[in-house]
Amino acid sequence: MKRRTFLGLMGATAVGAAAGTGVLATPAEAAHFEGYPDAMGVLFDATRCIGCRKCEAACNQVNDLEQPERPFDDLAVLEEKRRTHAESYTIVNRFQPESSSIPVFLKTQCNHCMEPACASACFVRAFKKNPDGSVTYDADVCVGCRYCMVACPFNVPAYTYDDPITPEVRKCHMCHPHMAAGKRSLPGCVEACPKEALTWGRRDDLLRIARDRMRANPGKYVDGIYGEREMGGTNWLYISGVPFEELGLRTDLGVKPAPEFTKGALAGVAMVVGLWPVLLTGIYGMSKLNAKDARKAQEAAVSAMKAECEADHQAAMKQAQEKAAKDKQAAVEREVKKALEEAQKAAEAEQAPNQDKDGDAS
Amino acid sequence: MSTETNKTSLITPFNVIAFVICSVGLYLTVLRFTGGLAAVSNLTDYNPWGLWIGFDLLCGVALAAGGYVTSSAVYLFGLKKYHGAVRPAILTAFLGYAFVVIALHYDVGRPWRLVYPLFWQQGPTSVLFEIGLCVFLYLSVLFLEFCPAALEWLGLKKLRNLLHSATIALTIMGVVLSTMHQSSLGALYLMAPSKLHPLWYSGYLPVFFFVSSAVAGLSMVIFEGTLSHRWLHHKMDNHYLNEHDNFVFSFARAASWVLLGYFFIKVFGIAADNNWKYLGTPMGSWFLVEMGVFVALPCLLYAIGARERNLALCKWTAALAVLGIVVNRFNVSMVAFNWQLPAAERYFPSWHEVWISIFIVTLLVLTFRFISTRMPIFYTHPDYQDEH
Repeated sequence: MKRRTFLGLMGATAVGAAAGTGVLATPAEAAHFEGYPDAMGVLFDATRCIGCRKCEAACNQVNDLEQPERPFDDLAVLEEKRRTHAESYTIVNRFQPESSSIPVFLKTQCNHCMEPACASACFVRAFKKNPDGSVTYDADVCVGCRYCMVACPFNVPAYTYDDPITPEVRKCHMCHPHMAAGKRSLPGCVEACPKEALTWGRRDDLLRIARDRMRANPGKYVDGIYGEREMGGTNWLYISGVPFEELGLRTDLGVKPAPEFTKGALAGVAMVVGLWPVLLTGIYGMSKLNAKDARKAQEAAVSAMKAECEADHQAAMKQAQEKAAKDKQAAVEREVKKALEEAQKAAEAEQAPNQDKDGDAS
Repeated sequence: MSTETNKTSLITPFNVIAFVICSVGLYLTVLRFTGGLAAVSNLTDYNPWGLWIGFDLLCGVALAAGGYVTSSAVYLFGLKKYHGAVRPAILTAFLGYAFVVIALHYDVGRPWRLVYPLFWQQGPTSVLFEIGLCVFLYLSVLFLEFCPAALEWLGLKKLRNLLHSATIALTIMGVVLSTMHQSSLGALYLMAPSKLHPLWYSGYLPVFFFVSSAVAGLSMVIFEGTLSHRWLHHKMDNHYLNEHDNFVFSFARAASWVLLGYFFIKVFGIAADNNWKYLGTPMGSWFLVEMGVFVALPCLLYAIGARERNLALCKWTAALAVLGIVVNRFNVSMVAFNWQLPAAERYFPSWHEVWISIFIVTLLVLTFRFISTRMPIFYTHPDYQDEH
């Protein structure tokens, strides 16, 4: 195959693959999740709630939870502020806002975030955002790290701390399991509410209903629907006649969905994995090179010094040798001279007694 | 040491205390696994994480940073002559991580499922998933880094040499994995901007945790060296002892610089979110104490100690810096966490929780002592004297 043909085929394959999987040119960064289109939710109207706790009772019964010490018709329970618990997925609290002459009640349960913090935080994907809008939990995989409880901005999930073998997270599931099994057509709390303070429906419809009520009753409601945008939006929505913060709702949560908070840090991890080994190998290489260069330089210096010493030594040796040779020469000459002199003396001495002898003899 | 002293040395104050701690610790362990978390802890639905996360996990991992700090300084950054410090640091790190994992068995609801995020069902959007994966991998790396000492002790030369040849690769992996999970422990709290006090919450939390882990590692190596000197002096060879002082000064100087950088990035964190207004509040005062007494002060004292070659000052500063890391992790995980809740709903650990944490630390110290009195940790094995 010719190279050009091959490349052409490669290009065609890539385009085909992109078209086939429906991949468009939108980068992931620009994508924006608006929630599942037909997701359901509940609208809570604080102007209608009378704090009868019938929703609490219904939830308890529907989910087969432990009976509380004080019965549900004991409204003295409302004296103190409560939160969701392992045996109570929903609770009603009473507030006495400054701007209202009568007490106002707020029902609390899981808000079923459109992009849930718990699901994003879970390291075994025990939480699931279902297309019907509910956020459900699977105890079969849960390790019990309780990071979901740390992550939840609404402080909703609870834990069965007193269970040593099968402890689990407990929270409202918007009756998803009951409805999926065909046992119910409405969440238990919604069905039990005698004042229609709870409305079940498509989230889009609920937003419209909320606005309609506001339009139809000027001055009755504070502006805004709690949950429309909080933490990226929740499927449980609230409207009220008093400011939301006076009902203990956090209005400082912002509109960013929870996964956004850790997205940057998690993205950074990939860069560390990719670049740290390069950087560290580089540093290692450089320090090794430096050490090698230093050793080479040292070796060169040592051998240069050695050579110099050798040369000096050689020169000194030569000088010494020459001197020694000279000295030797001189000594030899001296010795020769001495020997000659001695020889001469001896010869002279030999001649002299001979003369004497001769003289004696004569 | 004579045989006689060996016999009598079993009943020492240290051993007696350790025995008491462990006995009660075992009793509490039984209580924990028969009565559930509620039987021993003050954890609540508002406060799902307490001392076992704040101390055992966050401090445990930070203080075990000596492993990557020392091995990278010696093998990657060229401080080869301090190689004697690597083994104690690696052993401390390995045991530190191992006991962090053991401590987590007390904290999580179903500890036998701790491997689920790795092998059963992964939640890759979770910071905790990344931490779990990294800690698992790093524990394996530390084990391999520690192995040569054990193999020298056992006399398995071939295997030891094979592992020894992987030192550089393991060191680099160790730094990569440490960077990831040390920073991610801070990133855990990115998820809870509405619960953590603004002075401690910052988009830079992962960087804060990573940089301060380097301080923790450097300080812990100095601090732990001091303790070892006191108790395990007879196990140290001349090389270790000769280089020890210079090594302390080098690490003190490094820690001083890192603390300086840490101080500045913490200030930048306040500036980036314009949180100056909180400095005047009671929480702000506590923040200033953390920054002044536990960051700026050790930075200064380390610098003086290294400059004047004052060994005692460097060692005391190391203790202060280690304490500073503990204070920081406690602040993020407990003191500044849920700061908006009324006092009645805030968390304070039960004595059971405190005891179990002490129990775990005691087990770590006992294991460290067992290993370092037997294996070549503070000395070079006679067969491998020429290797460095």
